[in-house]
Amino acid sequence: MLGLSRKDTTLLLIVLALVVLAPFLLNPFPEDSELARFNAGYPDLMQRFVIFGIFAMGFNILFGLTGYLSFGHAAFLGVGSYAGVWMMKLLTVNVVPAIIASVAVAGVFSLLIGYICLRRSGIYFSILTLAFAQMSFALAYSVLTPITAGETGLQLSLNDPRILGSSAVDGTIPATNFFGIAMRDGFEWAVGGWKFTFNFGYYLCAVIMLIAFYISIRIFRSPFGAMLRAVKSNQQRMNYTGINPKPYTLAAFVISGMYAGLAGGLMVAVDPLAGADRMFWTASGEVVLMTILGGAGTLVGPLLGAGVIKYFENIFSRLNEADLNQMFSGLPDGLQSAMVTVAQMFVGDGWLLTLGVMFMAVVIFLPGGIVEGGQRVAGWFRRKSGTEKSGKAAPAASAAE
Amino acid sequence: MDVIILQVLNGLDKGSAYALIALGLTLIFGTLGVVNFAHGALFMLGAFCAVTLNRFLTLSHQVVDPSRTDFLGNPLKVEVRYIEEWLGPEIGGAIIDWSVPLSILLAIPVMALIGLAMERGLIKHFYKRPHADQILVTFGLAIVLQQIVKYFYGANPIATPAPEAFTGSFDFGVLLGFEPFSIIYPYWRLVYFCFAIVIIAAVFAFLRFTTFGMVVRAGMADRETVGLLGINIGRRFTVMFAIAAIVAGLAGVMYTPIVAPNYNMGMNFLVLSFVVVVVGGMGSLPGAVAAGFLLGILESFASMSAVIDLVPGINQVIIYLVAIIVLLVRPRGLMGRKGVMED
Repeated sequence: MLGLSRKDTTLLLIVLALVVLAPFLLNPFPEDSELARFNAGYPDLMQRFVIFGIFAMGFNILFGLTGYLSFGHAAFLGVGSYAGVWMMKLLTVNVVPAIIASVAVAGVFSLLIGYICLRRSGIYFSILTLAFAQMSFALAYSVLTPITAGETGLQLSLNDPRILGSSAVDGTIPATNFFGIAMRDGFEWAVGGWKFTFNFGYYLCAVIMLIAFYISIRIFRSPFGAMLRAVKSNQQRMNYTGINPKPYTLAAFVISGMYAGLAGGLMVAVDPLAGADRMFWTASGEVVLMTILGGAGTLVGPLLGAGVIKYFENIFSRLNEADLNQMFSGLPDGLQSAMVTVAQMFVGDGWLLTLGVMFMAVVIFLPGGIVEGGQRVAGWFRRKSGTEKSGKAAPAASAAE
Repeated sequence: MDVIILQVLNGLDKGSAYALIALGLTLIFGTLGVVNFAHGALFMLGAFCAVTLNRFLTLSHQVVDPSRTDFLGNPLKVEVRYIEEWLGPEIGGAIIDWSVPLSILLAIPVMALIGLAMERGLIKHFYKRPHADQILVTFGLAIVLQQIVKYFYGANPIATPAPEAFTGSFDFGVLLGFEPFSIIYPYWRLVYFCFAIVIIAAVFAFLRFTTFGMVVRAGMADRETVGLLGINIGRRFTVMFAIAAIVAGLAGVMYTPIVAPNYNMGMNFLVLSFVVVVVGGMGSLPGAVAAGFLLGILESFASMSAVIDLVPGINQVIIYLVAIIVLLVRPRGLMGRKGVMED
């Protein structure tokens, strides 16, 4: 289907099903139950799942295929966000031009930076991209304040000179919309104790994410993707065969920059606010982590990684001491307080500690990420059933001889 | 002229910190071949050694002072520091006053232990892994260390004052024949600069004039041959990692009176120190030191108001700009050695 092999089609369909049914799947606990705090099926978080999924997917095209570790990818996301908000300020609050502008501006910006950074490789490339991202961050905070609004962040205001459309509707800023359907629109469906929220903004992001995912599959399976893998495995050999690896790497860099810009554009489409902190180098580190955690160089890995990290970020940072006491209330008193004290380090403000520990654990024990972990587990099962089969087959074979 | 001297001086203290951190980074890179993103966290841990010692020294308990009364007529309760109670107010007070320099004594063993634990426990397993993995795992470690410090000390900067004797400023103007007060420079920054020079000189002397240092230098040049000669070079490199950790830690200890430390301080220095290492040339110790001071001074020149008026925002980006230009024009860095991280 759609020029994909059978396996890829299955993968795409699985992702499609997960994304469409996300409001149900992420809300497994009834609204008034104790476990409801582990529900993730609210629009804000679901949007972030798919948006960061796009971001990580794009990063994976660069890092997973070519092996170039960029430590400044958040800059493209930030630039995309700014472009998107400006489009909404000047043209229309329809999100389509904003998203197109985000992708285009991020693409041009990444072409510029990629052209310079890709003259070096390895650790030098990482540091160059880091330097550029930090430079963009510093400039957004200081000199470029007229464009970026500095610390307050760029947002829509009541007196924006919007060419198509009005500056203000009934004295308020008009909502971002997709040809008239507001991004924050949606409906809720209450069944028994459950409450499911279907948000239009989420579904728009989800559709775009699926398209991006499809493109990423096509890139992975194309001759171009094979060239990118060749860059990773042996550039010298590529040179010897008379192929210049530079244009391929640059193309990968620009594509991943455009994915980042797309993510930035969607971010401002659902919430029209762009801040410079999105470009800070910890944000770049986060997308690296998402990709590694899920599995760099795999198709579905970055999506999984983005989902896991954003889930932990939201759920862990919301937990507090009272919640923990409740969670461990089944334990004996001394053990309970001990558990709460230890667990407290990892939740609330301390969720970054969880992030750091996860980061280290994944790099040390599971360099292939979740996908590799899944494959290993599947491998165990297969081997088990495989040995049983071969065990049974062997005597039969010898008997036949 | 006096303006120029002032800017050079202003750049020296930040340059010293860059140079010390970059020196450690280069040492680790040159010996173990590991890119250590947790080096900024080591700097931060050093600074918190000073904070911890200060906290310990100022531990106090309440004592009822019968000779004085509060406004209700009850006997007044006063906080008495243990150390002043035990050693008398003069000696005790002096020890508290000098807590930052005293922290050096605490920081050396603590940082050495942390360095050894880090190298044996984590970094050792990453020699053969790609640089990307090394970057990522040490980046994760840096986050963990930061968050642990944040958990115990909170997120706010903790001011740790310099000894009373160094609180004033030194008037260079008179010394150099300019108008009085045209060039004033805080004593502590001068102390920091001298301290940095001493540490750098000590590291270089250690590498140059001791047998141990000679073996380490040989190992940096050709690890395999040194190993073939029957020398356990791995153990010596571990010691060098500990030394690099100590250098970063001491840089942090002495920096506390200049900027009140918080859990995040290492990260800001780390990014810049990497840039410094790259500008100086990966694996070149003199390069790292020279580039550290150079970039510190450049940064302070770029923050002059005359320069900012000319090129707005230059003070924010000058270091990165220099790094980009150097990497593109002279990829090996100012004093980079041939064959070190060429690709």
